[in-house]
Amino acid sequence: MLRALFLCCVVITAAMPALANEPVRVGSKAFTESVILGELATQLGNNAGVATIHRSQLGGTRLLWEALLSGQIDIYPEYTGTIIQELIPGTAKDTAAIEAALKERGIGMTQPLGFNDTYALGVPENLARKLNLHSISDLGKYPLLRFGFSNEFLNRKDGWPLVQAVYALPQTNVTGLDHDLAYRAVSSGSIDVIDLYSTDAEIEFYHLRVLDDDRHVFPGYEAVYLYRLDLRDRAPAIIKAISRLEGAIDAPHMIAMNASSKLQKIPEATVASRFLLAQFQIKSTPHVDGMAAQLLLRTREHLLLVGISLAASIILAIPLGVLAFLLPRTGQVILALVSVIYTIPSLALLVFMIPLLGIGTVPAIVALFLYGLLPIVRNTHAGLAGIAPSLRESAIVLGLSPGARLWKIELPLAAPSILAGIKTAAVINVGTATIGALIGAGGYGQPILTGIRLADNRLILLGAIPAAILALLVQGGFGLLERYIVPRGLRIKART
Amino acid sequence: MFRLDSVFKSYGNERALDGVSLTIAPADTTVLIGPSGSGKSTLCGLLTGLVKPDAGVVYFCDQDIRSGSIRELRQRIGYVIQDGGLFPHLTGRANVSLMAVHLGWSKSKIESRIDELVNLTQLSPDLLARYPAEMSGGQRQRVALVRALMLDADVLLLDEPLGALDPIVRAQLQLELAKIFRELRKTVVLITHDLAEAAFFSDRIVLLRQGRVVQTGSIRELRDNPADDFVRQFVNAHQLIQVQL
Repeated sequence: MLRALFLCCVVITAAMPALANEPVRVGSKAFTESVILGELATQLGNNAGVATIHRSQLGGTRLLWEALLSGQIDIYPEYTGTIIQELIPGTAKDTAAIEAALKERGIGMTQPLGFNDTYALGVPENLARKLNLHSISDLGKYPLLRFGFSNEFLNRKDGWPLVQAVYALPQTNVTGLDHDLAYRAVSSGSIDVIDLYSTDAEIEFYHLRVLDDDRHVFPGYEAVYLYRLDLRDRAPAIIKAISRLEGAIDAPHMIAMNASSKLQKIPEATVASRFLLAQFQIKSTPHVDGMAAQLLLRTREHLLLVGISLAASIILAIPLGVLAFLLPRTGQVILALVSVIYTIPSLALLVFMIPLLGIGTVPAIVALFLYGLLPIVRNTHAGLAGIAPSLRESAIVLGLSPGARLWKIELPLAAPSILAGIKTAAVINVGTATIGALIGAGGYGQPILTGIRLADNRLILLGAIPAAILALLVQGGFGLLERYIVPRGLRIKART
Repeated sequence: MFRLDSVFKSYGNERALDGVSLTIAPADTTVLIGPSGSGKSTLCGLLTGLVKPDAGVVYFCDQDIRSGSIRELRQRIGYVIQDGGLFPHLTGRANVSLMAVHLGWSKSKIESRIDELVNLTQLSPDLLARYPAEMSGGQRQRVALVRALMLDADVLLLDEPLGALDPIVRAQLQLELAKIFRELRKTVVLITHDLAEAAFFSDRIVLLRQGRVVQTGSIRELRDNPADDFVRQFVNAHQLIQVQL
């Protein structure tokens, strides 16, 4: 059993790709406009001869900002309103003040790109007509309206809390949900009011009326790129290259690009490359993977996440389970601790880990490793505790040393339970590893995330089906493994 | 071989042994008998060191068992429990040779010892290739006995070894065991609740009740000179069954 585990670890570690010399990394948030802007910067960088990669749809504002500060990414698109309200609160609204505050943190900012993607509230056109809704103030007359806001908007200081306070809105039925799902929810009639970005392509597509911000709650959200100032030494050419976009993208162009991607399902890379060709006559070759190549890549990433994290979980969790069994009081602490870890929401865990481990594969593996501990520790403990007292006493009275008892008697007797724990951890792990996409580790979560963003069920299935198949394979694989690991004597039914 | 000097043991408020003093002579077969709750199992636990006395001393070969290595002591005791206590993940052979392998015996020494014991116990050798789950109750007890004899222990400690067997197998095994005991001339401590079995095996019966030794002696002594009413009732109850049969 030990040898099998060791072999597992060796194979998995060997599969880990070598960490190559890092190119410039462009990040983007998990919504289409950000991905397109990230893609534009990436293609411009590569066109200017700087090796540039795009770590697409990494997550929300907080995650991208932390990643930029810690040097996990070098550039990402941001909005001035967000910088003032969220990233460096208390900064004055003029550009010089913002630039100075950013500089203190080693961050630079381009000039605005030319469009203002402000927050807005929208209602379906027919409902707006029925209730005569034109401005946000009008919402105050209908306390029963159901609001569905993106989680970020719901919690940002410049989001719902500010709107609610300034307009004194009475509504209590406020739900947090994914921005891309919000459009579907509002069009299906399950919510009435959603938050919008003013350049969203769906506003027109779903026939939404944008309510007038008559009390001017929302500041300007001019799109800019934030970049690490050390790029000026490392890759000055890319700063020059992205500065070509300053003032070059007006709102109609951005809305059109968003529409191409979200409504016509054209890959962001292609959308960006068409824009660069039309505006700057730059011929870039966007990197768009075919389905098979994508599936292969995602499978490799997913297996990497699951394999390494599971191996690490096994290596730590079995000794922890043994310890919990041998020292019951310490055991209570261990079991409580791994249970608490298990209850930490994955997104929170990932955000906590960014300052320590950055983004990408490593924090995702650490998160999965932590989640894998509970089932294995608990089953190891339960397996040992479940050994019949008469057998334990027999082993003692035979005169075996405590170590020999553990190795030769107790662990083999607990093997079925331990293996069941590992199996549970592995299957949970395959499912949970889809969160890897939130932090740039790829895996099957990537097409799922993109699919949700683009309202593209085909893409969602491209991630979900392989994940399900992998879970089944893991389940089956462990069934086979059982024959090698669980002693034969424990697999045959006793004669009565 | 064993000597207990006013041993007390309680579990919470329950007094399991209430000042037991007892000597178990070498090469004898001693039977510990008594109704359930009389302290038989606690006494057995004391002999193997699984149970620590609250007060009093347990001597093995005139040495306080707390003073020496408890593991060495245990290797001098062959132990068989009601369902055999065979490890289900090991074959009969692996069960039997477990301790010998642990102690670093050579393969040939292990093999010749197993051969010896297979002859002694008339165990069918192919039984040793089976897992405990593939054996009958009687077969498991035979293999457990071979395991207990493997290291040539000084003492055989048998805790209700035949308790779970059906009457025919039980009777047959009783005969076999008695023959083996005679041949080996080892110190045997047998725990049972069955007076007929006790009478069949023993040189000496120790009758326990509520944590105390009520009477010690041969079956004849217990029958002819019962120490008190309890002994008389205990002996008579068993005779009554035989009369009815």
